[in-house]
Amino acid sequence: MDTEAGRDQMAVEADALTKAFGDVVAVDGFDLRVRRGEIFGLVGPDGAGKTTTIRLLTAIMLPTSGSAAVLGRDTVAEAEAIKPDIGYMAQRFNLYGDLTVEENLAFFADVFGVTGDERDERIDEALRFAGLEEFRTRRAANLSGGMQKKLALAATLVHQPQVLFLDEPTTGVDPVSRREFWEILTDLHLAGITIFVSTPYMDEAERCSRVGLMFRGNTIVTGTPRSIRELMGGEMLEIQSADLRAARSVLEACEVVREVQAYGDRLHAFVADAAADRPAVEKALADAGIEVTSVRETLPRMEEAFISLIRQQQEARGG
Amino acid sequence: MLERIRAVVRKEFLHIVRDPRTLVVIVLIPIIQLVLMGYAATTDIEHLRTVVLDRDRSADSRALIDSYRASGYFEITAYAENEDEVGQLIDRGDARAGLMIPTGYGRELAAGRVGQVGFVIDGSDPAVANTILGASQSVGQAMALKLVEQQLGGKDLQVALIEVRPRVWYNPELKSVNYMIPALMGMILQFLATMLTALAVVRERELGTLEQLMVTPIQPIELVIGKVLPYVVVAFLTLIEVLTFGVLWFDVPIHGSVLLLLVLSGLFLFTSLGLGLLISTVAHTQQEAMLISWLFLLPSIFLSGFFFPIDAMPTFLQVASLFVPLRYLLTIIRGIVLKGVGLEAVAMDVIALIVFGVAVIGLAAWRFNKRVE
Repeated sequence: MDTEAGRDQMAVEADALTKAFGDVVAVDGFDLRVRRGEIFGLVGPDGAGKTTTIRLLTAIMLPTSGSAAVLGRDTVAEAEAIKPDIGYMAQRFNLYGDLTVEENLAFFADVFGVTGDERDERIDEALRFAGLEEFRTRRAANLSGGMQKKLALAATLVHQPQVLFLDEPTTGVDPVSRREFWEILTDLHLAGITIFVSTPYMDEAERCSRVGLMFRGNTIVTGTPRSIRELMGGEMLEIQSADLRAARSVLEACEVVREVQAYGDRLHAFVADAAADRPAVEKALADAGIEVTSVRETLPRMEEAFISLIRQQQEARGG
Repeated sequence: MLERIRAVVRKEFLHIVRDPRTLVVIVLIPIIQLVLMGYAATTDIEHLRTVVLDRDRSADSRALIDSYRASGYFEITAYAENEDEVGQLIDRGDARAGLMIPTGYGRELAAGRVGQVGFVIDGSDPAVANTILGASQSVGQAMALKLVEQQLGGKDLQVALIEVRPRVWYNPELKSVNYMIPALMGMILQFLATMLTALAVVRERELGTLEQLMVTPIQPIELVIGKVLPYVVVAFLTLIEVLTFGVLWFDVPIHGSVLLLLVLSGLFLFTSLGLGLLISTVAHTQQEAMLISWLFLLPSIFLSGFFFPIDAMPTFLQVASLFVPLRYLLTIIRGIVLKGVGLEAVAMDVIALIVFGVAVIGLAAWRFNKRVE
């Protein structure tokens, strides 16, 4: 346990952290600061380097260059000093399927040196937190996907870590379990635990106190969800039409529209002021003879901001 | 440290207990191998199917045939009319040897000349053929000696004869089972220990649980000891199983100290387990681990002197056999079981095993670290 509270307020620091696998650079000059007590969301598409970043931060992978520190301890020189204070939940189910829920938790409690009465207390508490009390004696392999995730989370809690690293903890989990999982995370956050979570889901990113958008091995933006939404600037018109393809080319040619994104059966047109620019947009569509089912004024969400940022990156590199 | 080792040991035993099918295989394999080796892999011959072509049909020829039959090695299963028939029977495998007595055999003997008989041996299995060859000659010589005595009988003539009386030590009946079963204990130890350890570690790598363990304070040596100990116990139990079965079922006599045998086998176990660990640091999947294990284990069967004597190998293979730990264990086990020797007689082999054990486990611990590639 770190008794030098306040010595270092940073839970996670990364400086030019780089990891290359042969010619492939998975993490490329990654810089980051995460303060204690934050829920930090690392958001990005598949292959952006999220898993590699988490492995580097949890001190189980050596960086090619650059450095990182967790709770003020270097991930290379002081790797073993970090481990008692962190919890790590991999994307894949990494516990023992042939052991029961309780046996899995007991094993990790033992390995972390949690003994005696405290051991039983911690196991009970972790089970309660994860809502797995009635499944104590069930083998882990026989749990549903959502419950396996909760068990994996519970296993990272038995030693009371200060920082939790969760790698896409809700990927492949049904919406109800996902919601329950995030309720647990919120409780943990309120209990003062720093949470570093990677996710491909924007609605989850919205729940974080700060997020970083990772793309091709580095963050292209970090900030609070609100500040990232504001990056997009302006407002948004949501347009429904029978002919999306034609509508899109008209909108892209329209002067007041900065950017167009397709979203299912709708188009999102980004403008400076939705109310003021709406007539011009509707007129352009009408002039082109495109039938519009509905137009709705709204504010861009983080998802739109990220898509826009990634597109800019791709154009900058590709062009 | 002890807490963590205990936790891993407990977990590992749970894995073993929760997988009863593997457990059954572990217990049955030694028995099956023992029965196969004890009965099948023997070069002892008894009641060998033999065809006889008796062209002489005299009292002398019948006496010769009787002496072959009486030896116990040969069983006369067919009488042929001509040489072609003898050939056919051996071709078909209905007979493994053929005794051919030409016309005039009795007459030649009566005239005091050399009576020549033919003996055909199916040499497709050289080991068996060798034994038949020896048996056929000794029966013939015994017969000849008897004839000499008969001819000299009555006459008061001094004939100097040299009689070599060989006495076979340690295994007087030359039962190959006595030689094979102790060696089999060594081989089973090697296979079980190496494969079980390699698989147990690689399974954790495959499942991703090894990655989870890396994020805990557990040290590589604690994990290694914790994972290996349960398999030491399992391997030891099978060793005792083989020993008991060998003694009770096949009457293999143990001339030396059972305690010394167990202690030195335990020493060898660490070498095998270390080898398994070393393999696990190289293999990514259980399949790979199996294949690499075979790569190591197969040559060790042939180079250890398990089947073929090391003394009979070409020099470069003899040198190669020095790097096969099983070789030393076999010398130790055969020494203790068959000759009843003590520690001083096998000291060099024990030292060799210690060197191997330390080297292999050291190498494995060095390769085994808490980082993902």
